[in-house]
Amino acid sequence: MSRNPQLNEKGALQHLLTIEGLPREILIHILDTAASFINVTEREVKKVPLLRGKSVFNLFFEASTRTRTTFEIAAKRLSADVINLNIATSSQTKGETLLDTVDNLSAMHADMFVVRHATSGAPHLIAQHVGSNAHVINAGDGRHAHPTQGLLDSYTIRHYKRDFTRLAVAIVGDVLHSRVARSLIHALTTLGVPDVRVVGPKTLLPTGVEQLGVRVFHDMGVGIRDCDVIVMLRVQNERMKGALLPSEQEFFKSFGLSPERLALAKPDAIVMHPGPMNRGVEIDSAVADGSQAVILSQVTFGIAVRMAVMSILAGN
Amino acid sequence: MEIHIKGGRLIDPKGGTDVREDVFVAEGAIAAIGRAPKGFHADRTIDAKGLVVCPGLVDLSARLREPGFEYKATLESEMQAAVAGGVTSLVCPPDTDPPLDEPGLVEMLKSRAKSLNLARVYPLGALTAKLKGERLAEMAELADAGCIAFSQADAAIADTQVLWRAMQYASTFGFPVWLRPQDGFLAQDGVAHDGDVATRMGLPGIPPFAETVALATMLQLARATETRLHVCRLSTAEAVAMIRRAKQEGQQVTCDVGAHHVHLCEVDIGYFDSHCHLVPPLRSQRDRDALRSGLADGTIDAVCSDHTPLDEDVKRMPFGESEPGATGVELLLPLTLKWAMEARLPLVRALAAVTSRPAAIMQVDAGAISAGAAADLCVFDPDAHVRITPESLRSQGKNTPFIGYELPGHVRYTLVAGQVVHESVA
Repeated sequence: MSRNPQLNEKGALQHLLTIEGLPREILIHILDTAASFINVTEREVKKVPLLRGKSVFNLFFEASTRTRTTFEIAAKRLSADVINLNIATSSQTKGETLLDTVDNLSAMHADMFVVRHATSGAPHLIAQHVGSNAHVINAGDGRHAHPTQGLLDSYTIRHYKRDFTRLAVAIVGDVLHSRVARSLIHALTTLGVPDVRVVGPKTLLPTGVEQLGVRVFHDMGVGIRDCDVIVMLRVQNERMKGALLPSEQEFFKSFGLSPERLALAKPDAIVMHPGPMNRGVEIDSAVADGSQAVILSQVTFGIAVRMAVMSILAGN
Repeated sequence: MEIHIKGGRLIDPKGGTDVREDVFVAEGAIAAIGRAPKGFHADRTIDAKGLVVCPGLVDLSARLREPGFEYKATLESEMQAAVAGGVTSLVCPPDTDPPLDEPGLVEMLKSRAKSLNLARVYPLGALTAKLKGERLAEMAELADAGCIAFSQADAAIADTQVLWRAMQYASTFGFPVWLRPQDGFLAQDGVAHDGDVATRMGLPGIPPFAETVALATMLQLARATETRLHVCRLSTAEAVAMIRRAKQEGQQVTCDVGAHHVHLCEVDIGYFDSHCHLVPPLRSQRDRDALRSGLADGTIDAVCSDHTPLDEDVKRMPFGESEPGATGVELLLPLTLKWAMEARLPLVRALAAVTSRPAAIMQVDAGAISAGAAADLCVFDPDAHVRITPESLRSQGKNTPFIGYELPGHVRYTLVAGQVVHESVA
């Protein structure tokens, strides 16, 4: 097996493809750097020149509004030139291969690719293919990873809870199909969270998920008891069509986060969600809009975290 | 042409012999072993000192890509690859385009192959029309055209009524049925073994019971219909145990494993290496160990290459979108030798898995060296290691996870019907 493809010879971050296998110091460095950018986003002139003259290509092979927008804002606040490519509606439908597309963009001197793709591993393939001057950021690939989301979730947790090493965090819902869950699990176990739990029906938990260092619960009431952080995952409507779940109502009844359930967690527990939310499916509106929800902070912090990742990659 | 193969180490797995003897070839056959027959006059002498002389290899699965997939590989390129790998007889599965479900296609393939004068080709006929698992193919006609058995290749038959009837019909004529056990529903959308690696990497999984559920069905239907069943490409420990039990209970069943699965497991996927996207998927280390011990104790009868040459473009894709399969006919001998070394098995036993035993499954006269038998031979240097590179492979497909490996066994000469069809300098 070759060297970790996201680190360069010096062990510094060349690409951000997954959180798995990244040393704790790198994660902390990203979070600390993000903290320094929080002020930028609150200034009147929200720009720093760290990426001036660099071009960032947003390569979205799968539809996304929120993630693409926050990457775009992050790049622009770093003074980069941003080019958005919505490949789902462009050349790939004309038969051009993924790597052909990347070659063409490399010829336009792209410095950074922000890639979202429906198939696990696509950003790895691109990273192995681009020249050593280019950087690839995974903005979500299949079920595999969504590292900047895992980092912004970690940032949010640190912001509200300070110390990772005394926390219980429950991740609830469709872990099977979730790149968000995988990245967050790797981030939390690396950052020293002693009690990471996943909660869901057996149909939505991947085989051997406990190997990732989590405890598995099928009873929501037990799974979130005394937790400091509850992360609700989005349950996509299409899961109801197959043999995975019978109905939205039944899912909500067993695994939805209602105010009554939330009361089982610690009184100061925070509620997170990567968005977009399905109110009434995985989360009750009263919780989503309640005082313990930090869902909008996640979005704000997401910009700072993405600025941090881009500036660190550009510096390496 | 009379050929004297001199001073070699003669290994005949069928007879269980491993001796230093000369071999004399005349008129396409083995004329004598040990001492030259009367009146023998060598037109050519092959110095086999330090080399092993064994039966030409018999490969139970090699896709030659004709008809239909000539852009991936051609009969010429793949037959050259076969003899370069010491393979002198091979079975080609029916998953061509169109599938081998018509006698005319089989006859054409056989005559094209024959005209090349390289390895001997034994086609498998489609068990059902177009491999769709709905209507029976014309098995008797296909057998007349030269099919040695009937198969679905990698297309499962979902409808068990059809599977039952297909076996009944095949059994009427005594035709063997070769099937790869995989339940299509359980394997749906899967691209990797449903285990730790797939969970970490977010790859849709194929659970091990996709294999064993299908295998249980096949074994029971074969028993009920008295069909001679050959189970293709085992991948799980539980399937090995099931075959072991069936054999102990006296069922007439044989099975094989792909050479890649003897060596690799899910961990080798590494960072989404699409060359490890195989059918069946590479499974856990425990499964691989069970395959190796099943092979060593004879539960698994044979190793095959499951040769699947692909063009580069279909591998330069994200893992799950890439086409599964690996080129392998040239690696069958090296991978078998590597296994023999690691398992500390005598060569004569290990080579049986790629010579006499697959020949017995095919019910053809091959895979043995004896006076009067066809002179299909492989002469190789067991001590030489060969570095596998795209350039070193004759196959048009360069898709193998073993690129960069140094593997044991350098084929020096391959003979088919007494003709040297491949030779390579030391």
